[in-house]
Amino acid sequence: MIWADVWAYLTDGANWSGNQGMAVYLVQQLLLTATSVAVAAVVGLPLALWLGHLGRGGALAINISNVGRAVPTFAVLVILSVGPLGIDELGPYGRAGLATLASLLLFALPPIVTNAYVGMREVDRDVVESARGMGMRGGEVFRRVELPLSLPLVVTGMRLAVVQVWATATIAALVAGPGLGNVVTQGFTSNDTAQVVAGALLIAVIAVVLEGAMAGLERLLDPRRAARTAARRDRAVT
Amino acid sequence: MGALASHAATLAALPSIDTSRDCYTFPANNWFCPAYLSDYSSEITTQLTEHVWITVVSVLLGAVIAFPLALLARRSASAAGFVLGSSTVIYTIPSLAMFSLLLPYTGISPWTVVIGLALYTLTILVRNILAGLSAVPDEVLEAGRGLGYGPAKLLLRVELPLALPVIMAGLRVATVSTVALVTVGAIVGNGGLGKLLLLAVDSDFKAQILTASVLCVLLAIAFDVLLLGTQRLFTPWQRARV
Repeated sequence: MIWADVWAYLTDGANWSGNQGMAVYLVQQLLLTATSVAVAAVVGLPLALWLGHLGRGGALAINISNVGRAVPTFAVLVILSVGPLGIDELGPYGRAGLATLASLLLFALPPIVTNAYVGMREVDRDVVESARGMGMRGGEVFRRVELPLSLPLVVTGMRLAVVQVWATATIAALVAGPGLGNVVTQGFTSNDTAQVVAGALLIAVIAVVLEGAMAGLERLLDPRRAARTAARRDRAVT
Repeated sequence: MGALASHAATLAALPSIDTSRDCYTFPANNWFCPAYLSDYSSEITTQLTEHVWITVVSVLLGAVIAFPLALLARRSASAAGFVLGSSTVIYTIPSLAMFSLLLPYTGISPWTVVIGLALYTLTILVRNILAGLSAVPDEVLEAGRGLGYGPAKLLLRVELPLALPVIMAGLRVATVSTVALVTVGAIVGNGGLGKLLLLAVDSDFKAQILTASVLCVLLAIAFDVLLLGTQRLFTPWQRARV
């Protein structure tokens, strides 16, 4: 039975240690994910929030997600690692670290930018007008009204980025890159189905845990929790 | 005229063919090389065809599963919570892991890729079918019932046509994402254009990498335009508003 072998693989300490062990790849992938989402937030959020505050550049902010969806992550990883960025070792990020980070950054930006922009635009115009009527200036309206109200969607964007980046980082192994995908690809190379499934299971479980943690954060930061969750369930994905 | 003679004539007529062919081999190894397209046209066509049919079958399978799930989900809030929750969890699983987890059951086959991709489409399709159906105005439903329509006839003749724009929007998003994800199927031997990418990585085959990548994006655009056209064809009442 395959699942017994998978369990045996996952509980064998030898598979976790060493240069080619799961621990190294796990740390690499967590670092890659955290770094690229953080950089994408630092670069993308100010731009998206500013555009949202001004109400300009909507087409750009929305379409960046549509374009991102059509571009295969695998293709970008291949192009960047075979291209100028190369596959040199980059500190704790591992082989092809720079090319992988750049690809992850490209796929972390669209959800962050689009959701932050939509979050700003969805803030009730009447509320913004009232704030202005109370004598708030642009910056104050942004800090005390628009930002708190758009925070849940900002975090939604971060959550989608984490899920997307974690999945893309997994594929980096197909291009001789870093990350947990290596457990899977090495399993394929040595015809070891238990290793393939063990690696896949580990990747999948962590993905679900990360998504769950981000979803929890999202609910925590929502000023009008109950009402908004109900509304979001009914909203179409378009 | 013999085959050899005709080959010689071709070479004489195109004296530059050897130098142009150099553009995709070392040391030139260019990203862009027209000679690659002609020399490798049969490989490209084979993988492009596989890419198209894996995409179409995956999305169709996803739609066939999504419809009953959406109808089930709208019966009660708890059913909706379960269906939407589990499809979100599935969507979270990275594609490489998904194909690998299906491997013990479906082996190295196109079905591993098709089933995995169909599961991914569920999140978007179920959500949009639900949203489309729930947006149908109550007065319209009442009018349908007044005409003597039963639940099945009401669904087919009233609700689905009115929900079509939202459902088609979901279908477009699902299809475009699927085209991109098919490439990862190369890990289990059926990645369409992704196979060209995987084969090209080891040898730094730049012309093949760029060609496969560009074709992937063009394919996604082509599907999107095709579905948009289909939607307009079937919802003539929407056109006036656009």
